[in-house]
Amino acid sequence: MALIELSHVVGGYGGAPILNGVDMAIDRSDIGVIVGPNGAGKSTTLKAIFGLLTVSGGGIVFDGEEIANSLPDKLVPRGLSFVPQEKNVFTSMSVEENLEMGAFTRRDAFDDTMAWVYEMFPALKEKRRQPAGELSGGQRQMVAMGRALMSQPKLLMLDEPSAGLSPRYVIEIFETIVRVNKEGVGILMVEQNARQALAFASKGFVLANGQNRFTGTGAELIADPEVAKSFLGG
Amino acid sequence: MTEFIFFLNQVLISGAVLGSIYALGAIGITLIFGILRFAHFAHSELMTSGAFIAFLLALWFSSMGVSLPIPTGFVVLPIAMVLAALLALGIDKGFYSPLRKRGARPVTLLIASIGVTLMMQGLVRLFFGTGSYSFFENESKAIYRIDTSWLGSTRPLVVTQPQLLMVVVTIIAVVALHFFLTRSRLGKAMRAMADNADLAQVSGINTALVVRVTWIIAGALACMAGTMLALDVTLKPDLAFNIILPIFAAAIVGGLGQAYGAIAGGFLIGFAETISVFNWSIVLRPLKSVLPDWISIPGNLALVPTEYKLTVAFLILVVTLLVRPTGIFKGASS
Repeated sequence: MALIELSHVVGGYGGAPILNGVDMAIDRSDIGVIVGPNGAGKSTTLKAIFGLLTVSGGGIVFDGEEIANSLPDKLVPRGLSFVPQEKNVFTSMSVEENLEMGAFTRRDAFDDTMAWVYEMFPALKEKRRQPAGELSGGQRQMVAMGRALMSQPKLLMLDEPSAGLSPRYVIEIFETIVRVNKEGVGILMVEQNARQALAFASKGFVLANGQNRFTGTGAELIADPEVAKSFLGG
Repeated sequence: MTEFIFFLNQVLISGAVLGSIYALGAIGITLIFGILRFAHFAHSELMTSGAFIAFLLALWFSSMGVSLPIPTGFVVLPIAMVLAALLALGIDKGFYSPLRKRGARPVTLLIASIGVTLMMQGLVRLFFGTGSYSFFENESKAIYRIDTSWLGSTRPLVVTQPQLLMVVVTIIAVVALHFFLTRSRLGKAMRAMADNADLAQVSGINTALVVRVTWIIAGALACMAGTMLALDVTLKPDLAFNIILPIFAAAIVGGLGQAYGAIAGGFLIGFAETISVFNWSIVLRPLKSVLPDWISIPGNLALVPTEYKLTVAFLILVVTLLVRPTGIFKGASS
């Protein structure tokens, strides 16, 4: 049984559905990457899982339980975390307070997790008293990921983690994602840098018009001439 | 020196008291704006009804023969604050929460809060009439006269016990709020939600709980401010309605959503108002012997006549919005 399984998910913001039947299965050991053209429903898929829009059909089973339309304050304690693409840090709060907010749903001591996050992102430790709004784009992305990891998730969902970052930071963020995955956190992410992300993906999903077009390992999708031609820019 | 003491009496003490009241009211408005993104007009009615709750409790206490060295108004304040917090929660549950659930826009909530203002004012008038009441009908205000003759003043520094207690209570409330916002889990969650409500939700923060805590704090502080205002002047149904505009000005000047800004804005406007209506001719009196005969100091040299005191708040507001549109502490601009 996969950690998360989406079966024919239909959903949207109330009007016409944006997702018209998305299927996905991710294990804890997986890095799943969703690629596809603009408006294909990539980010929408993540938001549907996280209860930020209405799922009107199909099912989402996470860790053995049906979670469709559950709200984040119920999902975070169950082991699901989400890093939005934009505005993903509390700019007026210090780095450390940002991390504490990620642990809001936890009632136990989280010093160990915080130490683990600082180990993962050493740059943050030096800046922990600084307001997150003063950090560079790459460091903000680290704060956002660190915040999401504070709840000790089983599955971490990232919406375009490399958007707007310099190439150096893109590589750094991807390396960190692989490292987080090795520590036992499943990853499901949407990426624009499709070719680069599929290179390390154990599962790749090509979405178009709110439906799966191709599904396979990252390597398989890169090798598929049709995927390469239509979705990876040749 | 006498003139200086007079200045202290008229400006420093009255300004501190007025500033405290404005600050406590403005904190509630700014917190509600930060969390729920609407201008809560009915805050004045939370203040007034909080004061009436305290007044009823004070009557009840004195009818039971409780007599304490400090004014009963202050003794009952903690209980009144709890009741006012419950009232604030009830108002939210009854009027604003249903609108929010339907996805109402901030302007709808603003209009609703004006409706709540009218309704609550009507209710207060229904039960208490239009007259004014005093907390000090059965007890006297202790007045401290600090002898300043060693400074060469012929007048003492006069502070009433309620005035002193008001400033002390405000300081306690502000310090407590500071620790709550910077040290406690819920306080930080409140700041997080004011900073970025969507991300707060995504982080798993229980936003409904944060909203409730906001109303509890805003209601309790409004009750504190209203009771203090009633202790300083008199209790009447339009007690706080008359000062809601300078309180809004204080919140905006400080930067909407910024609790510390509201405190700074409250004291700024409180002092500015008292300074502007202060009669400077008394302070200038010693110059009479120095000045040539053809210059005579007029009897009233206030910058603004007392009736126009409110305009001072707006002047400061306009200048702030021109020079620094997001307020002193960089609040939300919307």
